[in-house]
Amino acid sequence: MVYLDYSATTPTNKEVLESFNKVVMEYPGNANSLHKLGTKSLHLLEASVKQVADLMGVNKEEVIFTSGASEANNLAIMGVVNKYKNRGKHILTTKLEHSSILETLDYLKKEGYEIEYLKLDKNGHVDLEDLKNKVKEETVLVTIAQVSSEIGIIQDVNKIGSILKNYPKVIFHVDGTQAVGKIDVNLDNIDLYSFSSHKIYGLNGVGALIKKRHIELEPIIHGGKSQTIYRSGTPTHALCASFAKALKLVLENSQEKMNHVLKLNRKIRESLETMNDVIINSPIDCVPHILNISIKGIKPETLLHSLAESDIYISTKTACASNTSMSLSVYELTHDKVIANSSIRISLSYLTTDGEIDYFLETLKKKIKELRFKEGE
Amino acid sequence: MNRVILIKYGELTTKKGNRKIFINTLYSNILKKLKGLNVNIFKDMSRMYIEYEDKDQDIIIKNIGEIFGIHAYSIAYKSESNIDSIKKTISMVLKENLDEHDYTFKVETKRSDKRFEPNSVECNHLFGGYILKSFKNLKVNVHEYDVLVHIEIRNDYSYVYLNEYKGLGGYPVGTLGNCLAMLSGGIDSPVASYLALKRGIKLDLVYFEAIPHTSLEAREKVINLARKLYPYSGDIKLIIVPFTKLQEAIYKNCLENYSITIMRRMMYRIMEKLTIKYKALGIVNGESIGQVASQTLTSMKVINSVTNLPVIRPVACFDKLEIIKIAKKIDTYDISILPYEDCCTIFVPKHPIINPRIDTCLEMEKKFDYEDMIAEILNNLLIINIDNNTNNEYKDIL
Repeated sequence: MVYLDYSATTPTNKEVLESFNKVVMEYPGNANSLHKLGTKSLHLLEASVKQVADLMGVNKEEVIFTSGASEANNLAIMGVVNKYKNRGKHILTTKLEHSSILETLDYLKKEGYEIEYLKLDKNGHVDLEDLKNKVKEETVLVTIAQVSSEIGIIQDVNKIGSILKNYPKVIFHVDGTQAVGKIDVNLDNIDLYSFSSHKIYGLNGVGALIKKRHIELEPIIHGGKSQTIYRSGTPTHALCASFAKALKLVLENSQEKMNHVLKLNRKIRESLETMNDVIINSPIDCVPHILNISIKGIKPETLLHSLAESDIYISTKTACASNTSMSLSVYELTHDKVIANSSIRISLSYLTTDGEIDYFLETLKKKIKELRFKEGE
Repeated sequence: MNRVILIKYGELTTKKGNRKIFINTLYSNILKKLKGLNVNIFKDMSRMYIEYEDKDQDIIIKNIGEIFGIHAYSIAYKSESNIDSIKKTISMVLKENLDEHDYTFKVETKRSDKRFEPNSVECNHLFGGYILKSFKNLKVNVHEYDVLVHIEIRNDYSYVYLNEYKGLGGYPVGTLGNCLAMLSGGIDSPVASYLALKRGIKLDLVYFEAIPHTSLEAREKVINLARKLYPYSGDIKLIIVPFTKLQEAIYKNCLENYSITIMRRMMYRIMEKLTIKYKALGIVNGESIGQVASQTLTSMKVINSVTNLPVIRPVACFDKLEIIKIAKKIDTYDISILPYEDCCTIFVPKHPIINPRIDTCLEMEKKFDYEDMIAEILNNLLIINIDNNTNNEYKDIL
């Protein structure tokens, strides 16, 4: 099998799974219970919170465990707009965001919020002048992904955050789902930050929202204090511990991992550049783990299924948005409907080998030839 | 790799006669703290140098930040002690640490090797000139500078570094003998222990428990507090004193308003016995003047009169908020405020006496045979060793 869909989900690290199993078997108490078993689970939960906080460079009161990044994104947006209703109804974002951002904002639009999309330059970076122009008295929130999930565009969220520091009433949320474990994360200028376990070789079903101390949120799941007052429900201490473990592991030797992925990325690029009608959508300064390409004249789904026959797994757009036809992100970047309709995403990992890439490139060439012939018929 | 962590001793330098003991204790404390890492540590009378593997830098820096007796430390680049090598090293340091932006700088040279030519002031000019020539984005400003380039020329090697981190200060733990610290589970006693450690006192900890009036959770809480002290103390013993029978006897035989006073006197008596058993020179506790009835000066006098040992009360003159600030810094505060009863909070009289009299105490203490009870207590101590294993409780999980 050649798995090239790591940005959809990553295989669980064995050590992470072992942590999870150990906690499930040895820490049966509910962390909210006051007796000994409860306290034991609570202490482990606290240690997990502390580890995540330390690794992210924040305080332990600033970590809110959620069921994943989608919930963290929803909590960030809904929590802010409900808490700061009086500040205004204007929100800024980009068209590169994940569906859990865009759909939540669509919902708010129906509720009377004004959603504005920031201009991007030719490499997909937010136009900082446009940002300054668009921020206004009624702006309550700016939400931007640090790394876009379909194309891999890296936003300078540190710079954006430092600009937004001049507007103390504007809250800055960053979706870091595709950034953590891939690039350096510095949360100094960021108010809220979402990320998830299953993108960093952890288990599915747990994520976190980092919420700086000076920000308040209205919970979307009510029920009293649990791990935090911002998110109720019995704390999933086994998942949280496994998440803390996954985060620690993914950040180990990050430079070496990065260099390896970068090498693979360059190898694929070089090879694709020699193929006819293959367009590389991801600009060169993207995160090397994600490579978005379009193959003119071939339906992405057809290619996806055809590669799957050879045990190669890639993605058309992001897994979360795959059932609508055109890639909004790719269209936003290229303004070309043909390209946006035929984009596929190859996503790599430090686990990906040279051999896998060779096999993928060889098979891709073959499949394109076959499909062209079929479609040409 | 030619990077080392350079350590400055600070307060040690004032202790001329005992300097060797201080340095050797610090050396062995650092060695213990960095156990398991591939490091080489070199020491001389004014500096220590740690050679390490690149990947361990963060963890070493974190650990060095928890060791008492270090005034400051830096990540320094090692060079041969000659002008050309030092220039090359300066160039490398600046390239690795600065970006393309404009900065002002100052050079500060120290020569411990006074035979080295030219002298320090001339070195400043020489190396400053070299930097000016080699880096277009750097300008000299000796009064207001962004970057201070430190150059230390020593006998064998020279060192170049930019940033200096502040160490914890104090004396290396162990240089000033052993004490026993009373740890209750409250906010004050862990802070008092931390401050005693800072003065170079090696500690073991004593916790009085009265099961079932106090719970196992309360014991767990104290163990967790001891774990928080571990990074500063190194291996540490937690002595658990079974106090139930004696405490019950006090409440049966003494006036209610005197119960806390008598209880504290009993605790001090036990502490004195423990110092003999564990070869300690004194008692450390978290008493703070005026905070509760047993901590008025009259109470302290009456309680303290049962022992001649030095009783060190590091937070005696601190405000509660000052204590809390340190408790938060050493991360004991959140544990301390967990709501479990300890020996000092159970059976609290409605109106504890704030001006107790010694003769009244002595009279009440005649009513029961506490000597026997203390002897029995000393035979039933429970010892928990807080070491690297217990401290890293979740190492299999997290």
